[in-house]
Amino acid sequence: MIVAVTGIILILFVVGHLLGNLQIFIGPDWINGYSQHLHDLGPLLWLIRIFLLLTVAIHIYVTIQLAIENRRARPEPYIDRQYVKATFASRHMLMSGLIVVAFIIYHLAHFTVRITDPRFALLKLDPLHRYDVYSMMVYGFQCYLVSGFYVLGLFLLALHLSHGSSSFFQSLGLNDKKLAPRLALGGRIFAWLLFAGYTSIPVAVLLGLVKPAQQL
Amino acid sequence: MIGTLDARIPHGPLDQKWRSHRDHSRLVSPNNRRKFEVIIVGSGLAGGSAAATLGELGYRVKCFCFQDSPRRAHSIAAQGGINAAKNYQNDGDSVYRLFHDTIKGGDFRSREANVYRLAEVANLIIDQCVEQGVPFAREYGGLLANRSFGGAQVSRTFYARGQTGQQLLLGCYQALCRQIDAGTVQMFPYTEMLDLVIADGHAKGIITRCLRSGKIEKHAGDAVVLATGGYGNVFYLSTNARGSNVTATYRAYKKGALFANPSFTQIHPTCIPVSGEHQSKLTLMSESLRNDGRVWVPKRKEDCKKPPAEIPEADRDYYLERKYPSYGNLAPRDISSRAAKEVCDEGRGVGPGGRGVYLDFADAIKRIGEDTIRERYGNLFEVYEKITGEDGYKMPMRIYPAVHYTMGGLWVDYNLMSNVPGLFVIGEANFSDHGANRLGASALMQGLADGYFILPYTLPNYLAGQMGRRPSADSPEFQEAESEVRGRIKKMLDVDGNRSLDSIHRELGLLLWDKCGMSRHAKGLHEALVKIAELREQFWNNVRVLGKDEDFNQSLERAGRVADFLEFAELMCTDALERNESCGAHFREEYQTPDGEALRDDENYAAVFAWEFQGRNGQIVPPKLHHEPLHFETVHLTQRSYK
Amino acid sequence: MNFKLKIWRQPNAKTRGKLADYEARDISPNTSFLEMLDILNENLLARGEEPIAFDSDCREGICGTCSLTIDGEAHGPDHPGAVCELYMRKFRDGATITVEPFRVRPFPIIKDLVIDRRALDRIVQAGGFISARAGSAPEANSIPIPKHDADLAMEAAACIGCGACAAACPNGSAMLFAAAKISHLSLLPQGNPERVRRVLKMVHVMDAEGFGNCTNTYECEAVCPAEISASFIAKLNREHARAAIQRGAGE
Repeated sequence: MIVAVTGIILILFVVGHLLGNLQIFIGPDWINGYSQHLHDLGPLLWLIRIFLLLTVAIHIYVTIQLAIENRRARPEPYIDRQYVKATFASRHMLMSGLIVVAFIIYHLAHFTVRITDPRFALLKLDPLHRYDVYSMMVYGFQCYLVSGFYVLGLFLLALHLSHGSSSFFQSLGLNDKKLAPRLALGGRIFAWLLFAGYTSIPVAVLLGLVKPAQQL
Repeated sequence: MIGTLDARIPHGPLDQKWRSHRDHSRLVSPNNRRKFEVIIVGSGLAGGSAAATLGELGYRVKCFCFQDSPRRAHSIAAQGGINAAKNYQNDGDSVYRLFHDTIKGGDFRSREANVYRLAEVANLIIDQCVEQGVPFAREYGGLLANRSFGGAQVSRTFYARGQTGQQLLLGCYQALCRQIDAGTVQMFPYTEMLDLVIADGHAKGIITRCLRSGKIEKHAGDAVVLATGGYGNVFYLSTNARGSNVTATYRAYKKGALFANPSFTQIHPTCIPVSGEHQSKLTLMSESLRNDGRVWVPKRKEDCKKPPAEIPEADRDYYLERKYPSYGNLAPRDISSRAAKEVCDEGRGVGPGGRGVYLDFADAIKRIGEDTIRERYGNLFEVYEKITGEDGYKMPMRIYPAVHYTMGGLWVDYNLMSNVPGLFVIGEANFSDHGANRLGASALMQGLADGYFILPYTLPNYLAGQMGRRPSADSPEFQEAESEVRGRIKKMLDVDGNRSLDSIHRELGLLLWDKCGMSRHAKGLHEALVKIAELREQFWNNVRVLGKDEDFNQSLERAGRVADFLEFAELMCTDALERNESCGAHFREEYQTPDGEALRDDENYAAVFAWEFQGRNGQIVPPKLHHEPLHFETVHLTQRSYK
Repeated sequence: MNFKLKIWRQPNAKTRGKLADYEARDISPNTSFLEMLDILNENLLARGEEPIAFDSDCREGICGTCSLTIDGEAHGPDHPGAVCELYMRKFRDGATITVEPFRVRPFPIIKDLVIDRRALDRIVQAGGFISARAGSAPEANSIPIPKHDADLAMEAAACIGCGACAAACPNGSAMLFAAAKISHLSLLPQGNPERVRRVLKMVHVMDAEGFGNCTNTYECEAVCPAEISASFIAKLNREHARAAIQRGAGE
């Protein structure tokens, strides 16, 4: 239940975040404006950030606890094990989740705290005196290694959500026999749409479709 | 020597007997009830409902079952339904009609008073089960649905898909769970009763073996209730669960309880035919299938090997419809079974070994559509397909009779108490209500009637005079019984011969099926008696039981049960031999009408045969016969005709 | 048909077990899996070896006693159905078949393939019933129940209590078992008075028995011999949330 509720919050964030980021395709003005807008929120932004981090923490804490209980529920594993219906994604939620956490930490260090890439410090403000998020993203993704890690992280996030995004309906009791297969399919489509949306940015950068707005 | 038994049937008009009996039975006051300990062996419909109800009343109940959970008792496998005279269909049903159908179905070999009481309380059972949450089938209007069943011209059977027994058992299991939680019932799963303890002439305890640890235990109580089901597994192959056995009732018999009508065994007409020699059990297809299925065989022997679709309508013999036009495919079980045997004996059987007849749904599918048939019997068709690999919607099913239910059991009086005071016997384990043949959907009715609505009135009547008479489980009677049990187990383990249990049991089963099955004759029964004694020799000299006594040991469990079957089989054949008439499921070939129907001899055999064990020191000697004459005050004895 | 068998042998709860190799020869395709084990046991007995302990009773798929994991699947590869309804014709001739018990902590192994499932009884004892004293029931037709509800209740009530759901669940969760009982009883008007208490107590006892948690993998419904739908777990979650809120609100 707690996992489901925190999960929904995080899913909503992931959707919002994607919509924000996709503005990169419209141009620097949009996304820089969006970023400035968020920064202008001041203390409210920090509240949201703390709330989200707390949500992540609870989501992880509870799931690890549950996972420990689950492990204890079968002290002696099967020697031979075949699954009939349980998908790879559903059986490896903890693994995919933990790697996604590692990815998020890197992602925050990369684009929010900006300590991993010294070049970001060299970026000038944009013509409207806003931080040039647009160029930051483009430079950030120009490195194959970084983009590769992003794609991997997003892949695992999608895997996680391909189960998680329909699973919460079940956990909250919002499911029935007719709905179940549709929700499962819907969840999968939703997760891979997110994947496509997010990865479109590094891919576009690497293909040179999006170019930096300023030279370093 | 023949003694006459008194069934203690209350006086008065038939429809007043039970009420007046209840009004005059002794009671135990609520605060005294917890001072009584009642031992109940078995947790099926009868035992489970009795344990739950007595627990509700405040008695301290110890309930024993050999399964790992009371929910697994074999009542769970009953499919078709449960009868009651609610007359919801407005088709003229009444308590009297249910009574009359049941007593006629039993070929007039059961007690009027018992059967009438059964019909009376049947309606209460439906009320009780609905309240417990049994999901009976319903109509769109939300009211309960009924279906019709063999041996009745009204629609009075309540059902829950093809899993009525399961749902009724779960209802009573849940009631039992509630009492376990409340602390009034203590449950002993994995525990088998191996002997009855009698102190001062009263049944006051049992000796058990824990099947997990092998530990032998002594349990004392103020009364002992046996609800241990039937003995169909004496035939090795039957529709019973593998674990069903005669041990508890047979041990009680050896301690002096009378065994009544042991030869009355019901052969169910609609089972899946035997397919191989290693088959371990037979699977029943609910009789309700006969509502819509038509039974037939080819008219000519030559056609038997042909695929059924290639046999034209004109060459088919719908023999039940031909012989019994008014009941047709719904003729009672004994009659349908025997008719199937007859056509197969004539060489017109179908399937492997020629032991099968067709049950055809083609007409019903044409009339009401495959979907309706699927809705009514879908799970039965699935079972059939799993076992045979054939699709019952596309081609007719093959069915053949199989041993299913045993009408015989320990003798009980109107109070359901055996001749041993304090020993009560309920459900299939007693003999009381079905005479020589049980009608469909009546077993569930009887089990629950006994447990919910009869024993809770008749047991206190006994207990009221027993305050403070419970012996200690360490008294000499218990010690003696315990050492007997231990001696017997040791003896079985010490044989260390070469024959497996299953091979002996299988041989016994085939012998009985042949000589004491759907039809019997004196010569065959005499032969069987000789062979049974030989097999018993074989067992005690050459059986191989591995493992230890004080351990989980499935071979040892089974060995004890087979040993009892080997003695019990003799009792069955003796009873069949003694009854020189044909009635219901007991068909003696010497006694039949010119057109092959059972020929009763009401002059000499309108009686219950109850047998008293006579052996001492391990010797088996012929048992002593007691008669309970059956008096029919209300119904007229007629030749049972379903034509 | 011939088969190579790898069967779990374990003398008792305390001793560690292991897989042992056996062979079954000349088995008819119409033999059931349990009959094949019967035959194997007869052969073991003839050689003076102790037979393999395994549970079964009705052998027609309704009592829920049989409980084997065959080739890694609870009740074997022929779903839906209990092991006793599994026939050798479903296997390839010459196949190697692994047989293990149901493995989940609340079902300790007694011997070989036999497990102790009394934990399931304790869950029902916690409230899986409608308190209806014999003799006090109203006339059966006094409360009409829509056919749809009665049918749905029947679907849930069809559970045979075998424990395959917990055995197959990657997390060892018995949610499907509990959900079936809770759904059955809460779908009927008779079950309404105890609805809140029932779900809270049953779930509490289920957790205390040491079953794992449901992560919605639906492996349970895939192996369930009674085809209980995992949507009843959603219903259980709904019932539990509703009950927790009601109880929390002090109602």
